[in-house]
Amino acid sequence: MTFWRQVYEVARKDLLVESRTAEVALMTAPFGAAALILIPLAIGTDAPLLSQLGPGLYWIVVLLFGMLVILRKSAVDGQAQRDLVRLLGIEPAAAFAGATVATSALVLFFEVALGPILIALYNPELRGWPWLFVILPLVATGMGLLGTIASGVTTSIGTRTSLTPLLIVPLSLPLLMGATQALEGLRLGRGIVPWLILLFAVDLALAVSGVLAARPLEEAVT
Amino acid sequence: MNGHEIAYLDDVGLRLGNTIILRQAKLSLEPGEKVGLLGPNGSGKTTLLRIIATLLQPTSGTGAVLGAEIGTQDVYAIRNRIVMVGHLPGLWPELTLGENTELVARLSGRSPEVAADALAQVGLARASERRADQSSKGMLRRAELARALILEPTLLLLDEAHAGLDAEAIGMVDTIANRVVAGGGAVMLVSHEPDRLNVHRSVQLVDGTLEMVS
Repeated sequence: MTFWRQVYEVARKDLLVESRTAEVALMTAPFGAAALILIPLAIGTDAPLLSQLGPGLYWIVVLLFGMLVILRKSAVDGQAQRDLVRLLGIEPAAAFAGATVATSALVLFFEVALGPILIALYNPELRGWPWLFVILPLVATGMGLLGTIASGVTTSIGTRTSLTPLLIVPLSLPLLMGATQALEGLRLGRGIVPWLILLFAVDLALAVSGVLAARPLEEAVT
Repeated sequence: MNGHEIAYLDDVGLRLGNTIILRQAKLSLEPGEKVGLLGPNGSGKTTLLRIIATLLQPTSGTGAVLGAEIGTQDVYAIRNRIVMVGHLPGLWPELTLGENTELVARLSGRSPEVAADALAQVGLARASERRADQSSKGMLRRAELARALILEPTLLLLDEAHAGLDAEAIGMVDTIANRVVAGGGAVMLVSHEPDRLNVHRSVQLVDGTLEMVS
Protein backbone atom coordinates (compact mmCIF):
# COMPACT_ATOMS: atom_id res chain seq x y z
CA MET A 1 0.00 0.00 0.00
CA THR A 2 1.44 3.38 -0.97
CA PHE A 3 2.28 6.10 1.51
CA TRP A 4 -0.40 8.44 0.15
CA ARG A 5 -3.04 5.71 0.18
CA GLN A 6 -2.29 5.23 3.89
CA VAL A 7 -2.57 8.98 4.43
CA TYR A 8 -5.93 8.97 2.66
CA GLU A 9 -7.28 6.02 4.65
CA VAL A 10 -6.22 7.47 8.02
CA ALA A 11 -7.69 10.89 7.20
CA ARG A 12 -10.89 9.31 5.92
CA LYS A 13 -11.23 7.28 9.11
CA ASP A 14 -10.67 10.33 11.34
CA LEU A 15 -13.22 12.41 9.41
CA LEU A 16 -15.72 9.54 9.48
CA VAL A 17 -15.32 9.26 13.26
CA GLU A 18 -15.73 13.04 13.59
CA SER A 19 -18.84 12.99 11.41
CA ARG A 20 -20.40 10.57 13.90
CA THR A 21 -19.47 12.53 17.01
CA ALA A 22 -20.08 15.93 15.33
CA GLU A 23 -18.06 17.51 18.12
CA VAL A 24 -16.78 20.34 15.92
CA ALA A 25 -20.04 21.13 14.11
CA LEU A 26 -22.37 20.88 17.09
CA MET A 27 -20.22 22.11 19.97
CA THR A 28 -17.09 23.99 18.99
CA ALA A 29 -18.43 26.01 16.05
CA PRO A 30 -21.53 27.32 17.88
CA PHE A 31 -19.44 28.35 20.89
CA GLY A 32 -16.90 30.07 18.67
CA ALA A 33 -19.73 31.87 16.88
CA ALA A 34 -21.20 32.90 20.24
CA ALA A 35 -17.86 34.40 21.27
CA LEU A 36 -17.71 36.49 18.10
CA ILE A 37 -21.30 37.63 18.63
CA LEU A 38 -20.77 38.56 22.29
CA ILE A 39 -17.74 40.80 21.70
CA PRO A 40 -19.69 43.57 19.83
CA LEU A 41 -22.19 43.57 22.70
CA ALA A 42 -19.34 44.45 25.03
CA ILE A 43 -17.67 46.98 22.75
CA GLY A 44 -20.87 48.67 21.56
CA THR A 45 -21.91 49.73 18.08
CA ASP A 46 -18.78 51.67 17.20
CA ALA A 47 -18.64 50.41 13.58
CA PRO A 48 -15.15 51.74 12.69
CA LEU A 49 -13.71 50.24 15.88
CA LEU A 50 -15.37 46.87 15.23
CA SER A 51 -14.09 46.90 11.67
CA GLN A 52 -10.59 47.57 12.94
CA LEU A 53 -10.66 44.96 15.69
CA GLY A 54 -12.62 42.31 13.77
CA PRO A 55 -9.78 40.43 12.06
CA GLY A 56 -7.69 40.22 15.24
CA LEU A 57 -10.62 39.05 17.32
CA TYR A 58 -11.52 36.52 14.64
CA TRP A 59 -8.07 34.93 14.84
CA ILE A 60 -8.07 34.90 18.64
CA VAL A 61 -11.40 33.05 18.56
CA VAL A 62 -10.05 30.68 15.88
CA LEU A 63 -6.96 29.99 18.00
CA LEU A 64 -8.76 29.49 21.30
CA PHE A 65 -11.71 27.52 20.00
CA GLY A 66 -9.54 25.81 17.39
CA MET A 67 -7.77 24.32 20.40
CA LEU A 68 -11.01 22.46 21.14
CA VAL A 69 -10.99 21.16 17.57
CA ILE A 70 -7.42 19.97 18.02
CA LEU A 71 -8.15 18.47 21.44
CA ARG A 72 -11.39 16.80 20.39
CA LYS A 73 -11.90 13.35 21.85
CA SER A 74 -11.94 11.68 18.45
CA ALA A 75 -8.43 13.00 17.68
CA VAL A 76 -6.83 10.54 20.07
CA ASP A 77 -6.88 6.79 19.73
CA GLY A 78 -6.75 4.45 22.69
CA GLN A 79 -3.95 1.96 23.16
CA ALA A 80 -5.82 -0.84 21.41
CA GLN A 81 -6.33 1.28 18.29
CA ARG A 82 -2.74 2.50 18.36
CA ASP A 83 -1.50 -1.09 18.65
CA LEU A 84 -3.68 -2.05 15.70
CA VAL A 85 -2.29 0.74 13.53
CA ARG A 86 1.27 -0.24 14.43
CA LEU A 87 0.66 -3.92 13.70
CA LEU A 88 -0.95 -3.11 10.38
CA GLY A 89 2.42 -1.71 9.38
CA ILE A 90 1.16 1.82 8.74
CA GLU A 91 4.07 4.21 8.26
CA PRO A 92 4.08 6.52 11.31
CA ALA A 93 4.68 9.47 8.97
CA ALA A 94 1.60 8.46 6.98
CA ALA A 95 -0.47 8.16 10.15
CA PHE A 96 0.81 11.59 11.20
CA ALA A 97 -0.01 13.11 7.81
CA GLY A 98 -3.46 11.51 7.72
CA ALA A 99 -4.34 12.76 11.19
CA THR A 100 -3.04 16.22 10.25
CA VAL A 101 -5.14 16.33 7.07
CA ALA A 102 -8.28 15.45 9.04
CA THR A 103 -7.64 17.96 11.83
CA SER A 104 -6.67 20.70 9.36
CA ALA A 105 -9.87 20.10 7.39
CA LEU A 106 -11.90 20.49 10.58
CA VAL A 107 -10.07 23.69 11.58
CA LEU A 108 -10.68 25.03 8.05
CA PHE A 109 -14.37 24.17 8.38
CA PHE A 110 -14.39 26.04 11.68
CA GLU A 111 -12.68 29.09 10.15
CA VAL A 112 -15.13 29.16 7.25
CA ALA A 113 -18.12 28.70 9.56
CA LEU A 114 -17.11 31.81 11.52
CA GLY A 115 -16.52 33.85 8.36
CA PRO A 116 -20.11 35.03 7.79
CA ILE A 117 -20.35 36.23 11.41
CA LEU A 118 -17.12 38.20 11.04
CA ILE A 119 -18.43 39.86 7.88
CA ALA A 120 -21.93 40.52 9.21
CA LEU A 121 -20.96 41.96 12.60
CA TYR A 122 -17.55 43.46 12.02
CA ASN A 123 -17.63 44.49 8.33
CA PRO A 124 -13.84 44.17 8.11
CA GLU A 125 -13.51 45.71 4.58
CA LEU A 126 -11.11 43.13 3.22
CA ARG A 127 -10.05 44.48 -0.19
CA GLY A 128 -7.94 41.52 -1.23
CA TRP A 129 -10.39 38.92 0.08
CA PRO A 130 -9.36 36.24 -2.50
CA TRP A 131 -6.14 35.97 -0.48
CA LEU A 132 -8.27 34.31 2.20
CA PHE A 133 -8.19 31.19 0.02
CA VAL A 134 -4.47 31.06 0.84
CA ILE A 135 -4.45 32.42 4.40
CA LEU A 136 -7.20 30.24 5.87
CA PRO A 137 -5.73 26.90 4.66
CA LEU A 138 -2.22 27.93 5.78
CA VAL A 139 -3.45 28.66 9.31
CA ALA A 140 -5.64 25.54 9.37
CA THR A 141 -2.70 23.40 8.26
CA GLY A 142 -0.46 24.93 10.92
CA MET A 143 -2.99 24.25 13.65
CA GLY A 144 -3.60 20.74 12.35
CA LEU A 145 0.14 20.04 12.41
CA LEU A 146 0.52 21.52 15.88
CA GLY A 147 -2.38 19.50 17.21
CA THR A 148 -1.13 16.22 15.78
CA ILE A 149 2.40 16.77 17.09
CA ALA A 150 1.11 17.78 20.53
CA SER A 151 -1.18 14.76 20.56
CA GLY A 152 1.76 12.47 19.76
CA VAL A 153 3.96 14.04 22.44
CA THR A 154 1.34 13.92 25.16
CA THR A 155 0.29 10.36 24.27
CA SER A 156 3.90 9.16 24.37
CA ILE A 157 4.43 10.56 27.86
CA GLY A 158 1.03 9.47 29.09
CA THR A 159 -0.61 12.81 29.71
CA ARG A 160 -2.99 14.93 27.71
CA THR A 161 -5.42 17.54 28.88
CA SER A 162 -3.03 19.46 31.08
CA LEU A 163 0.01 19.52 28.83
CA THR A 164 -1.43 19.88 25.34
CA PRO A 165 -2.57 23.52 25.58
CA LEU A 166 0.78 24.43 27.14
CA LEU A 167 2.49 22.96 24.11
CA ILE A 168 0.15 24.41 21.52
CA VAL A 169 -0.38 28.00 22.64
CA PRO A 170 3.24 29.23 22.54
CA LEU A 171 3.92 27.44 19.26
CA SER A 172 0.79 28.86 17.67
CA LEU A 173 1.82 32.47 18.30
CA PRO A 174 3.70 32.79 14.98
CA LEU A 175 0.59 31.51 13.24
CA LEU A 176 -1.59 34.01 15.08
CA MET A 177 0.80 36.85 14.29
CA GLY A 178 1.07 35.93 10.62
CA ALA A 179 -2.67 35.49 10.21
CA THR A 180 -3.55 38.73 12.04
CA GLN A 181 -1.01 40.79 10.16
CA ALA A 182 -2.04 39.28 6.82
CA LEU A 183 -5.68 40.27 7.38
CA GLU A 184 -4.61 43.69 8.64
CA GLY A 185 -2.55 44.07 5.47
CA LEU A 186 -5.60 43.20 3.37
CA ARG A 187 -7.71 45.74 5.26
CA LEU A 188 -5.16 48.52 4.77
CA GLY A 189 -4.25 47.51 1.22
CA ARG A 190 -0.64 46.67 2.18
CA GLY A 191 1.44 43.80 0.86
CA ILE A 192 0.97 40.55 2.74
CA VAL A 193 3.57 38.35 1.10
CA PRO A 194 6.02 38.45 4.06
CA TRP A 195 3.26 37.23 6.37
CA LEU A 196 2.29 34.48 3.97
CA ILE A 197 5.93 33.41 3.89
CA LEU A 198 5.96 33.34 7.69
CA LEU A 199 2.82 31.15 7.74
CA PHE A 200 4.27 28.84 5.10
CA ALA A 201 7.62 28.62 6.93
CA VAL A 202 5.89 27.73 10.20
CA ASP A 203 3.82 25.05 8.44
CA LEU A 204 6.90 23.63 6.76
CA ALA A 205 8.91 23.54 9.99
CA LEU A 206 6.05 21.81 11.80
CA ALA A 207 5.54 19.32 8.96
CA VAL A 208 9.22 18.36 8.88
CA SER A 209 9.35 18.09 12.69
CA GLY A 210 6.19 16.01 12.77
CA VAL A 211 7.34 13.58 10.09
CA LEU A 212 10.75 13.15 11.72
CA ALA A 213 9.27 12.68 15.19
CA ALA A 214 6.42 10.37 14.14
CA ARG A 215 8.30 7.07 14.50
CA PRO A 216 10.12 7.89 17.77
CA LEU A 217 6.90 9.17 19.33
CA GLU A 218 4.98 6.09 18.23
CA GLU A 219 7.61 3.72 19.55
CA ALA A 220 7.91 5.64 22.84
CA VAL A 221 4.33 4.77 23.78
CA THR A 222 4.16 2.02 26.37
CA MET B 1 16.88 -21.05 20.28
CA ASN B 2 17.19 -23.06 17.05
CA GLY B 3 16.72 -20.31 14.46
CA HIS B 4 13.40 -21.67 13.22
CA GLU B 5 11.15 -20.35 15.95
CA ILE B 6 8.25 -18.04 15.20
CA ALA B 7 9.25 -16.22 18.36
CA TYR B 8 11.66 -16.69 21.22
CA LEU B 9 12.47 -14.75 24.36
CA ASP B 10 15.67 -15.27 26.31
CA ASP B 11 15.92 -13.96 29.86
CA VAL B 12 13.55 -11.13 29.05
CA GLY B 13 12.77 -8.71 31.83
CA LEU B 14 10.58 -5.66 32.03
CA ARG B 15 10.54 -3.01 34.69
CA LEU B 16 8.04 -0.16 34.58
CA GLY B 17 9.10 2.44 37.12
CA ASN B 18 9.77 0.56 40.32
CA THR B 19 7.56 -2.35 39.38
CA ILE B 20 9.10 -5.49 37.96
CA ILE B 21 6.62 -7.00 35.50
CA LEU B 22 8.79 -9.73 33.99
CA ARG B 23 12.06 -11.30 35.11
CA GLN B 24 14.23 -13.62 33.06
CA ALA B 25 11.31 -14.91 31.03
CA LYS B 26 12.20 -17.64 28.55
CA LEU B 27 9.82 -18.71 25.83
CA SER B 28 9.90 -20.35 22.44
CA LEU B 29 7.05 -20.55 19.93
CA GLU B 30 7.62 -23.09 17.21
CA PRO B 31 5.89 -23.21 13.83
CA GLY B 32 2.61 -25.10 14.03
CA GLU B 33 2.37 -24.67 17.77
CA LYS B 34 -0.47 -23.44 19.96
CA VAL B 35 0.63 -22.33 23.40
CA GLY B 36 -1.58 -21.32 26.29
CA LEU B 37 -0.54 -18.54 28.65
CA LEU B 38 -1.99 -18.67 32.13
CA GLY B 39 -1.67 -16.51 35.19
CA PRO B 40 -3.69 -14.48 37.65
CA ASN B 41 -4.95 -10.98 36.96
CA GLY B 42 -2.15 -8.46 36.86
CA SER B 43 0.56 -11.06 36.44
CA GLY B 44 1.81 -9.49 33.20
CA LYS B 45 0.18 -11.72 30.56
CA THR B 46 -0.94 -8.82 28.37
CA THR B 47 2.45 -7.16 28.78
CA LEU B 48 4.17 -10.35 27.67
CA LEU B 49 1.90 -10.56 24.62
CA ARG B 50 2.73 -6.95 23.73
CA ILE B 51 6.45 -7.74 23.93
CA ILE B 52 5.98 -10.75 21.64
CA ALA B 53 3.95 -8.51 19.31
CA THR B 54 6.98 -6.15 19.23
CA LEU B 55 4.83 -3.33 20.62
CA LEU B 56 6.78 -3.07 23.85
CA GLN B 57 10.52 -3.26 24.37
CA PRO B 58 11.84 -5.31 27.26
CA THR B 59 14.29 -3.61 29.58
CA SER B 60 16.59 -6.66 29.62
CA GLY B 61 17.18 -9.87 27.72
CA THR B 62 16.98 -10.68 24.05
CA GLY B 63 14.48 -12.20 21.68
CA ALA B 64 13.29 -12.36 18.13
CA VAL B 65 9.93 -12.53 16.40
CA LEU B 66 9.58 -13.83 12.86
CA GLY B 67 13.32 -13.42 12.45
CA ALA B 68 13.43 -9.82 13.61
CA GLU B 69 15.32 -9.06 16.79
CA ILE B 70 13.15 -7.36 19.39
CA GLY B 71 14.14 -3.75 20.01
CA THR B 72 15.60 -3.25 16.53
CA GLN B 73 14.15 -1.52 13.50
CA ASP B 74 13.79 -4.92 11.83
CA VAL B 75 10.51 -5.45 13.65
CA TYR B 76 8.78 -2.76 11.59
CA ALA B 77 8.87 -5.02 8.55
CA ILE B 78 7.32 -8.08 10.23
CA ARG B 79 4.58 -6.43 12.27
CA ASN B 80 2.00 -6.88 9.54
CA ARG B 81 2.39 -10.67 9.95
CA ILE B 82 1.22 -10.46 13.57
CA VAL B 83 -2.35 -10.15 14.76
CA MET B 84 -3.00 -9.43 18.39
CA VAL B 85 -6.53 -9.49 19.73
CA GLY B 86 -6.28 -7.67 23.03
CA HIS B 87 -8.70 -7.62 25.92
CA LEU B 88 -9.67 -4.10 24.84
CA PRO B 89 -11.19 -4.03 21.36
CA GLY B 90 -9.03 -2.58 18.60
CA LEU B 91 -12.08 -1.00 17.04
CA TRP B 92 -13.15 2.61 16.64
CA PRO B 93 -16.36 2.87 18.71
CA GLU B 94 -18.02 5.42 16.42
CA LEU B 95 -17.60 3.27 13.32
CA THR B 96 -19.80 0.32 12.44
CA LEU B 97 -18.44 -3.21 12.66
CA GLY B 98 -18.42 -3.27 8.86
CA GLU B 99 -16.50 -0.01 8.62
CA ASN B 100 -13.99 -1.19 11.20
CA THR B 101 -13.23 -4.44 9.39
CA GLU B 102 -13.22 -2.68 6.03
CA LEU B 103 -10.70 -0.18 7.40
CA VAL B 104 -8.40 -3.04 8.40
CA ALA B 105 -8.73 -4.53 4.92
CA ARG B 106 -8.04 -1.21 3.21
CA LEU B 107 -5.09 -0.34 5.44
CA SER B 108 -3.55 -3.74 4.78
CA GLY B 109 -4.00 -3.35 1.03
CA ARG B 110 -6.87 -5.81 0.71
CA SER B 111 -10.24 -5.30 -0.92
CA PRO B 112 -13.35 -4.42 1.12
CA GLU B 113 -14.94 -7.66 -0.10
CA VAL B 114 -12.41 -9.60 2.00
CA ALA B 115 -13.67 -7.72 5.06
CA ALA B 116 -17.31 -8.46 4.26
CA ASP B 117 -16.48 -12.12 3.77
CA ALA B 118 -14.59 -12.28 7.08
CA LEU B 119 -17.46 -10.61 8.89
CA ALA B 120 -19.84 -13.19 7.44
CA GLN B 121 -17.54 -16.02 8.56
CA VAL B 122 -17.70 -14.84 12.17
CA GLY B 123 -21.48 -14.56 11.97
CA LEU B 124 -21.72 -10.78 11.84
CA ALA B 125 -22.99 -10.28 8.29
CA ARG B 126 -26.30 -8.90 9.55
CA ALA B 127 -24.63 -6.72 12.17
CA SER B 128 -22.18 -4.98 9.86
CA GLU B 129 -24.16 -1.72 10.05
CA ARG B 130 -24.14 -1.69 13.83
CA ARG B 131 -21.82 0.78 15.52
CA ALA B 132 -19.08 -0.77 17.63
CA ASP B 133 -20.12 1.22 20.70
CA GLN B 134 -23.62 -0.21 20.36
CA SER B 135 -22.48 -3.80 20.02
CA SER B 136 -22.20 -6.46 22.69
CA LYS B 137 -18.84 -7.63 23.99
CA GLY B 138 -19.27 -10.92 22.14
CA MET B 139 -19.92 -9.10 18.86
CA LEU B 140 -16.82 -6.99 19.36
CA ARG B 141 -14.74 -10.12 19.97
CA ARG B 142 -16.15 -11.68 16.82
CA ALA B 143 -15.28 -8.54 14.85
CA GLU B 144 -11.76 -8.81 16.25
CA LEU B 145 -11.57 -12.42 15.12
CA ALA B 146 -12.64 -11.25 11.66
CA ARG B 147 -9.43 -9.21 11.64
CA ALA B 148 -7.43 -12.42 12.01
CA LEU B 149 -9.30 -13.88 9.04
CA ILE B 150 -8.61 -10.80 6.92
CA LEU B 151 -4.92 -10.52 7.74
CA GLU B 152 -4.03 -14.25 7.77
CA PRO B 153 -1.19 -13.81 10.29
CA THR B 154 1.85 -15.98 10.90
CA LEU B 155 1.67 -15.17 14.59
CA LEU B 156 -1.69 -14.88 16.31
CA LEU B 157 -1.86 -13.58 19.88
CA LEU B 158 -5.20 -13.85 21.62
CA ASP B 159 -5.61 -12.14 24.97
CA GLU B 160 -8.43 -13.56 27.05
CA ALA B 161 -9.29 -15.64 24.04
CA HIS B 162 -12.66 -16.87 25.25
CA ALA B 163 -13.90 -13.90 27.23
CA GLY B 164 -17.42 -12.85 26.31
CA LEU B 165 -17.83 -15.53 23.67
CA ASP B 166 -20.63 -18.07 23.34
CA ALA B 167 -19.98 -21.74 22.52
CA GLU B 168 -20.22 -21.14 18.78
CA ALA B 169 -17.70 -18.30 18.89
CA ILE B 170 -15.33 -20.32 21.08
CA GLY B 171 -15.36 -22.88 18.29
CA MET B 172 -14.43 -20.08 15.90
CA VAL B 173 -11.40 -19.22 18.01
CA ASP B 174 -10.19 -22.80 17.65
CA THR B 175 -10.93 -22.83 13.91
CA ILE B 176 -8.99 -19.61 13.31
CA ALA B 177 -6.11 -20.73 15.53
CA ASN B 178 -5.97 -24.08 13.71
CA ARG B 179 -5.89 -22.27 10.39
CA VAL B 180 -2.85 -20.26 11.53
CA VAL B 181 -0.92 -23.29 12.77
CA ALA B 182 -1.84 -25.30 9.66
CA GLY B 183 -0.16 -22.56 7.63
CA GLY B 184 3.05 -22.96 9.63
CA GLY B 185 2.34 -20.14 12.04
CA ALA B 186 2.02 -20.10 15.80
CA VAL B 187 -0.69 -19.07 18.22
CA MET B 188 -0.52 -17.93 21.82
CA LEU B 189 -3.74 -17.80 23.78
CA VAL B 190 -4.29 -16.18 27.14
CA SER B 191 -7.19 -17.53 29.10
CA HIS B 192 -8.46 -17.72 32.63
CA GLU B 193 -10.17 -20.98 31.74
CA PRO B 194 -7.37 -23.53 31.15
CA ASP B 195 -9.89 -26.30 30.54
CA ARG B 196 -11.15 -24.52 27.46
CA LEU B 197 -7.69 -24.05 25.98
CA ASN B 198 -7.16 -26.44 23.11
CA VAL B 199 -3.37 -26.06 22.94
CA HIS B 200 -0.21 -28.15 22.63
CA ARG B 201 1.27 -26.85 25.88
CA SER B 202 0.77 -24.11 28.40
CA VAL B 203 3.02 -21.83 30.35
CA GLN B 204 2.18 -19.86 33.45
CA LEU B 205 3.35 -16.47 34.61
CA VAL B 206 4.24 -16.57 38.27
CA ASP B 207 5.93 -13.60 39.91
CA GLY B 208 7.18 -12.36 36.56
CA THR B 209 8.73 -15.65 35.45
CA LEU B 210 7.39 -18.22 33.00
CA GLU B 211 6.88 -21.77 34.19
CA MET B 212 5.80 -24.80 32.23
CA VAL B 213 2.37 -26.18 33.16
CA SER B 214 2.26 -29.93 33.31
